[in-house]
Amino acid sequence: MSQQHAIELKHIWTYFGEQLVHQDISLCLEKGEILGLVGASGSGKTTLLREIIGLETPSQGSLKVLSEQVQKACTMECRKRRNHTGVLFQNGALFSALNVFENIAFPLRELGINNEPLVKQLVCMKLGMVGLNSYDAMRKPSELSGGMVKRVALARALILEPELLLLDEPTSGLDPIASDDFVVLLQKLHQELNFTVFMVTHDLHILKDLCSKVGVLAEHQLVAFDTLDKVLNNKHPFIEQFFHNHRAQRIFNLQETAHGEG
Amino acid sequence: MDDNLSSIGKPQITFSKEDDGHTLIILKGQWTLRSLAESSELKAIKKLGRDKRKQWDISQIDRLDSAAAFLLWQAWHNKLPTDLIIRPEHMRLFEHWQGRNIPIAEPIQINFSAIFVHILLQLQGIARHICTWLTLFGRLILDLIFLLGHPRAIPFKEISLTIYKAGVSALGITALVGLLVGVSMSYLSSLQLQRFGAEIYIIDLLALSIIRELGPMLTAIIIAGRSGSAMTAEIGIMRVTQELDALSALGVSHSLRLVLPKVVALFLIMPLLIIWTDVIAMIGGMVSADLTLDINYQQFLEQLPKSVPVVNIYIGLAKGAVFGVMIALIACHFGFLIKPNTESLGAETTNAVVASITAVIMVDTIFSILFKNLGFP
Repeated sequence: MSQQHAIELKHIWTYFGEQLVHQDISLCLEKGEILGLVGASGSGKTTLLREIIGLETPSQGSLKVLSEQVQKACTMECRKRRNHTGVLFQNGALFSALNVFENIAFPLRELGINNEPLVKQLVCMKLGMVGLNSYDAMRKPSELSGGMVKRVALARALILEPELLLLDEPTSGLDPIASDDFVVLLQKLHQELNFTVFMVTHDLHILKDLCSKVGVLAEHQLVAFDTLDKVLNNKHPFIEQFFHNHRAQRIFNLQETAHGEG
Repeated sequence: MDDNLSSIGKPQITFSKEDDGHTLIILKGQWTLRSLAESSELKAIKKLGRDKRKQWDISQIDRLDSAAAFLLWQAWHNKLPTDLIIRPEHMRLFEHWQGRNIPIAEPIQINFSAIFVHILLQLQGIARHICTWLTLFGRLILDLIFLLGHPRAIPFKEISLTIYKAGVSALGITALVGLLVGVSMSYLSSLQLQRFGAEIYIIDLLALSIIRELGPMLTAIIIAGRSGSAMTAEIGIMRVTQELDALSALGVSHSLRLVLPKVVALFLIMPLLIIWTDVIAMIGGMVSADLTLDINYQQFLEQLPKSVPVVNIYIGLAKGAVFGVMIALIACHFGFLIKPNTESLGAETTNAVVASITAVIMVDTIFSILFKNLGFP
């Protein structure tokens, strides 16, 4: 069963009206991997993520998530499948009418768990996992800082113990310290819970520290999909530009020397 | 000394006659956008630029910025004049414009076929609105059928919240409007009725118009403006903050969780609000009839059931229920059309209120035609 793929895209084509977004994208992500998808702004990364979530449908091609076909028509069956994936949206997308506790408990209540002590225990456990205390639980999303919103959103994404976690730019809008904390947190949780991660990101640090696989979207196609070291040796012009500019070089070299000393 | 300094600061034009009879135009001082804006040299430059035989010397300019260089360039008709005397560091400013076309904003040509296409697109837009609205209505019916089989999934909490927000908190404003309309109706008609000596008919007039027509309409318009816009904005904000996407990702149906509670709540509270408005408006009318026509309360209340058949109340309530469903559905329909930007939020909220008030009046007309033979004494 270990050969089962978490995400399987076959020949995905997407058009927005006349505009081509994806041209024949195929990829298989194995369970337990952390994939970082990079690409220029407007290259269709987020669209691909939304297709995997099921919010949009590709024009052509088949899309399997956890061995289930993703369809637009949302039946009760497809809802159950969705509970196996957790999604972290770019700005958290916390329900502004509910407080932190109710936000995290929302998926549980949707599942029909109404046993109040149990809900409380589960929510507090996840709160602790993402490093929040019980004082924060009663606050409204509008009172939280950006980093805390992301933590709460992560807790909500993880509350149903998903096998697959989909992240949309998890560190965007965070300061370097908060973003480092977030990476460490995700790494720890990945070791504990062993889920598969598919993330869209621009953050080179996250690619270096966290991702076991890197995918590069450019010119509507997936031009590379491999481990970071192999992607770095790819000679595609966009990859050259993206990974071999001054800033990127500094990050990769600096960390390599740091690792070497350690 | 000061005078000298300030004259250096200004742009200056001087002329000198050359030996061969040509006029040499010499520019001096500060040629910057700021200094040019305050002086009249700009016009002079334009005039001088027309004569192409003149020779220019701009090497004595203290400061030349790119805007002033551009204005000079324009005065020279987009090319450097022959025999221009210029400092090399200023040359860079002009090089930028050499061999490059300056884009000119052209006015849009009015094309009458385009107007026709525009009208066609507008009609198509209306057709599309109706189509998506009907889809939403269909979804709602499917959801209701689904809820019949799964009564545990009925969103009671949301329904009760909407009842409170749209109903209980609207009691004050509907009462105020009802009272004022009742009083003014009574005053205005009493003047007419007195002339014919038909004072007693004030009761028929007030009761029929308020119970059958004005009560439901006023309530519907207030609720459309008050709660309809709030519903549209609420759904729109959820789109902006990606909360709608988050709900979808969790597998929660938008129509079941967001649309249905609003529709059900308005369906339930509109008839109740109408009764409330009717009663208050009748009290207003009764008080003012007592003051202006000396029809006392007892007389008024005794005459009331005789002059208005009870079926009018049922018609008013039925109208209210239909209005409630229309308002909620139109508000939600426009809410889902909102794109994640602030401009669209405002536009669609306005559209929602306008469309729902129009729809209410249209439905009211249909009711009047359908029940024209019913309920008159």
